[in-house]
This record gives sequence, structure tokens and C-alpha cells, in this order.
Amino acid sequence: MKGFTLGQYYPGNSFIHRLDPRAKIILGILAIVCTFLCKTLFSFILLFALTLILAILSRIPLKILLRSLRPVLFILLFTSLVNIFMTKGENLLFEYWIFHVYEEGLWNALFMIVRITSLIVMTGIFLTYTTTPIALTDGLEQLLSPLKKLHIPVHDFAMMITIALRFIPTLAEETERIMNAQRARGVNFSSGGLFKRVRSLIPILIPLFVSAFNRAFDLANAMECRCYHGGEGRTRLNVLHYKAADFIAMILLLGIGIGLFFANRFTFGGMIR
Amino acid sequence: MDKLRLENVTYRYDVGTAFEQTALDDVTLSIEEGKITGIIGHTGSGKSTMMKLLNGLDHPAEGKVYLDGVDLNADKKELLSSSSLFEKYQNLSKSARKKAILSEYADFKKNLCFRVGLVMQYPEYQLFEETVEKDISFGPKNMGLSEEEIKKRVREAAMLTGVSEDLFEKSPFDLSGGQKRRVALAGVMAMKPEVLVLDEPAAGLDPRGRNNIFSSIVDYRNQTGSTVIIVSHSMEDMAKYCDRVVVMNHARVAMEGDRKEVFAHVGELSSMGLDIPEITRLAELLRERGLPLTDAIYTVEEATSALLSVFGKGGADR
Ligand SMILES: Nc1ncnc2c1ncn2[C@@H]1O[C@H](COP(=O)(O)OP(=O)(O)OP(=O)(O)O)[C@@H](O)[C@H]1O
Ligand SMILES: [Mg+2]
Repeated sequence: MKGFTLGQYYPGNSFIHRLDPRAKIILGILAIVCTFLCKTLFSFILLFALTLILAILSRIPLKILLRSLRPVLFILLFTSLVNIFMTKGENLLFEYWIFHVYEEGLWNALFMIVRITSLIVMTGIFLTYTTTPIALTDGLEQLLSPLKKLHIPVHDFAMMITIALRFIPTLAEETERIMNAQRARGVNFSSGGLFKRVRSLIPILIPLFVSAFNRAFDLANAMECRCYHGGEGRTRLNVLHYKAADFIAMILLLGIGIGLFFANRFTFGGMIR
Repeated sequence: MDKLRLENVTYRYDVGTAFEQTALDDVTLSIEEGKITGIIGHTGSGKSTMMKLLNGLDHPAEGKVYLDGVDLNADKKELLSSSSLFEKYQNLSKSARKKAILSEYADFKKNLCFRVGLVMQYPEYQLFEETVEKDISFGPKNMGLSEEEIKKRVREAAMLTGVSEDLFEKSPFDLSGGQKRRVALAGVMAMKPEVLVLDEPAAGLDPRGRNNIFSSIVDYRNQTGSTVIIVSHSMEDMAKYCDRVVVMNHARVAMEGDRKEVFAHVGELSSMGLDIPEITRLAELLRERGLPLTDAIYTVEEATSALLSVFGKGGADR
């Protein structure tokens, strides 16, 4: 399908791509913690540098990384404006009618921008860009497997998500094919009133549902033929193994987090309030 | 006169992502009116993509597609300054010309999918109506034809494709694969397109099903004088039914000509993962053994008559 890729996975073979998905989930969480530890200019500079280094390590083009910021552009703009105009401080820079802009407000806005961008870019690098959704689900299942002791059906949920993820592109492709076939028979999806447009969906939805159900039955049969009974005693095709690199990456990022915490002691420039 | 013409057409999928792929690369091709043109090429060579551009379902990234000399994806500026429509209305005043050109082009776009009928790969998945009859009449109904005309066309198309009338009240979902394929084909033929484009019409059918489908396509051409384009993997079918053969390879047109010209390049064809018909190969082997066969043998029928003429004349002393 044109322009359709599931999630944002960007294929590659960088150091980060090769990490274990469980490690990447933990790294993602650590990255989030890191962004919230930062309080002063010095630690934010370090955070920004960390983000840049990760971006370079992941070998994902900057253009594509920046694209992930598009959905939060409005939030970025809004929070900066709120920060600039709403923060009360001591150092008044500018005043007009009911608007008061303090130096602290500018710092706050800057810090929020760095914080949100780093947050999105770093979690993107660790999770969505370098890990396929399937690997991510696998990793999550393994991380949550202790919950099985509490009779939470972790495996079944993971299997459901995996199947759903697996079939999203298939269904999208199929939708496009059926749409093309019906357009070739003269259906016009983009003109006419609401009623007519809704009606023109029928020739798409019926074949789509029929084939989706057929596919579901086939898949269920195929799984049953292979004696699938849920997670109990099941071995896996891709067994996840932590490698040395995974531990090193996690320890490193933990260290960086602690470093950022102490970097807050250098209080030149501004700090967040 | 060329019915359809592609000029330097380039088409890409997933532009701007890591998966960007050029499915058609600078393709120039003419389709002759009234002929059956076969398009052959290995999997992924861009055949289906090309078919999609012929009836305006999609437009190329670069290049032009013309139907009867009219650009399928003309923008307004071109239309009003240099198109064939411009020449047609040249002697009108400027504003009248603009109006005439734009309204004629809008009509042209609207009727495009009825003039170039596309039967997609595995068309049986597009069936959706409650009954076979309703499904075949879906296209004609979208054309805005009268009830009687629709009825007449549905009957004709069903006859051509061999869908018997006692299937008319059945649900299309209860048919066999081959029957569904024929119903889908009838659904497009009922629109009576001037150009019938078929993407792998016989894929997955048994030999009799293949022959039925192809002979209904040939019948349709003979009855209506339409131009036909068939995409196929089978050299045998190409040899048997097509007047011209176009070979696609890696998003480009690799060869073009009548079957004799194309099948003469055995080496090139096999380097593209394609093959000449087996019967042609057999005839070649027989010729090497000294049998005086004519050189143009591409179908079993031709082989039969050639062999008969050899053995009929001098059969006694062999
Ligand atoms: N919807 C799509 N999205 C992305 N890429 C596509 C899409 N459809 C086709 N392609 C790619 O474009 C290229 C040409 O595909 P196309 O379907 O035109 O091949 P084809 O010649 O019809 O092959 P086949 O004989 O298997 O039907 C292929 O490499 C394919 O991977
Ligand atoms: Mg195809």
C-alpha cells in the first residue's frame, strides 16, 4: 500500500537494532526516567547530547526521526506558549497588557521542548524505530511472564496482539486491492452525499469481511493442526538471549541516568521550576 | 493508430520510506487497436502496476499515459494550452473553449473505467452482491444504463463467459473458484469496454478452465472489436492467443514484437526466468533430428498440422 508501513520500524543493522527487545523495553523506560531527572541547563545539555548520540548510533536518518515529532508539534507549541506566558519569576523581561514574560518562563519553555523531543526521539529509537512490533510483543510477553503466576493470561494476550499486528498490513493491502477492483467497476468513493458515500463502502466491506473471516478460520485450523493449546509448555522459534551488549547498554544508561541526576548540581544558566 | 500509449512512465511504491521501490522504470509502450497484446514477465516485474495505470486507478510519478491520444492525468494548465482537446476547440473563444475542454475532460475521466475495463488479479475476491446476476450488473448499473439494457448486457456477458442462467439467483459466495472467476470476468465484460485489460485471468485454473476463459476473451474481442491486453505467466497461452507479446523485466520493457520475434530470443528469455513454449522447443529438437518442420510452431495445433503435412506427404518412406 502506498506510504503504508506498520508502525515506524526502520530496517537496519545498527548496534541498537541488534539489542534484545526486552533490553530495549527496559532501556526505553530508563530513557524516560532520564528525561524526567533533568532539572538544570547543564543536565539538559547532557540529555540533548545523549539523544544525538543515540540517533547517530541507530543510523536512522534525521529526517525520519524528526517525522515522529510531527504529531506532538501542537503540544510542543502549546506547552511552550503556556510556559512563556504563565510562569511567574523574578526576572521580568517583557510586559504588555496582561502578558508578562519572565526569564524563567523562557528557560522553562526551552527545557520542556528539549524534554519532550528527547523523550519521543529516544523511546522511538529504542522501541518503535529499531524493533519490529512482533519482536516488541515477544519481549513484552517475556518481561511480563512472572504475572502468569497470578493467572494473568500474558501469553494469550501477546498471541492476540501478534496475530493482529501480523494481519494489519495484509488487510490494508487487501482493502486497497478490493477498492481498486470496485473503482474499476465504476464506484466513486469521493463524490456524492454522505448517504451515497456510505453506500459505496458496501462493495468494499462485504468482500473484506468475507475474506477476513475465511482467513481467521484458515488460521485457526492451521494452528489446531499443529496442536496449538496456548502457552503451556510451548517452546519458541526465536528464543531471546541476553547478550553482553544488552547488559552493558542497560548499565551504561543507568549510569547516565545517575550522572544526569548529579549533573543537576551545576546550577549555571536556568533551571526548571 | 495506438489505442493506448505509455510514454516514459515511472512508478514508485512507498515513496519516502525505507521501502521505496521502483515498479516501473521509464517504460514506453504502445498498444495497437483491435489486437490482443500479451504481457509477460517474472513475478514482481511490474505487470500489475502497469495495468493499474491504464484505466486511471493510479497515476505515474513521471511520464504520461494516453488513451486515444488523450492524457489520462493531464493537469488543468496543460489541458487548456496544449492538449489534443485544445486543438479540437481551437476556434472557440477563450472562455467558451475553457468550459468545453474542462467539461469534456471531466466526462472523459468519469467514463475512463468503463472504457478501459480492468479485470484484476484474482478478481473473484471482488464479488459482493447477493446474487450472481446482481453482481454482474453492478458495473453497468454504475454506468447509469437503463434496466433493459443492463439485463441485455448481463445476459450477453454471461453467455460469453459461460455462466449459465441457472446460476443467476445463486449467491456468488457459493460458487466454485472457476465459476467465481467467470462471474467476475462477466461483470467487467458487461460494461463493454473498448479496452479489456486482464491481469492473469487464468491463474490457478485447470486446463479446461484456462481454455474457457481465454476463448471467451477471444470471442469478446471478435464480437466487439475491442483491444485486449492479457497479463500472463504462461508462454503457451501467449503463443496461442496473442498477436503481440511484450516482455517485462525488472520494471522495464525488455522485448516487444510478434511472437516469432520474441520467441527467437530463447537465451535472453531464459536469463529473465522465462521460457519459450515447450512445443516450440520440441519442434526445434525434431528439426535438429532432421525433420523438415516449418520454423513457426508455437501451439499444439500448429505442431499437429505441421507434422501431418510432413508425414502426409512423404510419410511412407520414413
Ligand atoms: N501495494 C504495493 N506496495 C508496495 N510495493 C508494491 C505494491 N504492489 C507491488 N509492489 C512492488 O512493485 C513491484 C512490481 O509489482 P507488480 O505487482 O506490478 O508485479 P507483477 O509483475 O504483477 O508480479 P506478479 O507476476 O507476481 O503478479 C514488486 O517488486 C512489488 O514488490
Ligand atoms: Mg501481478
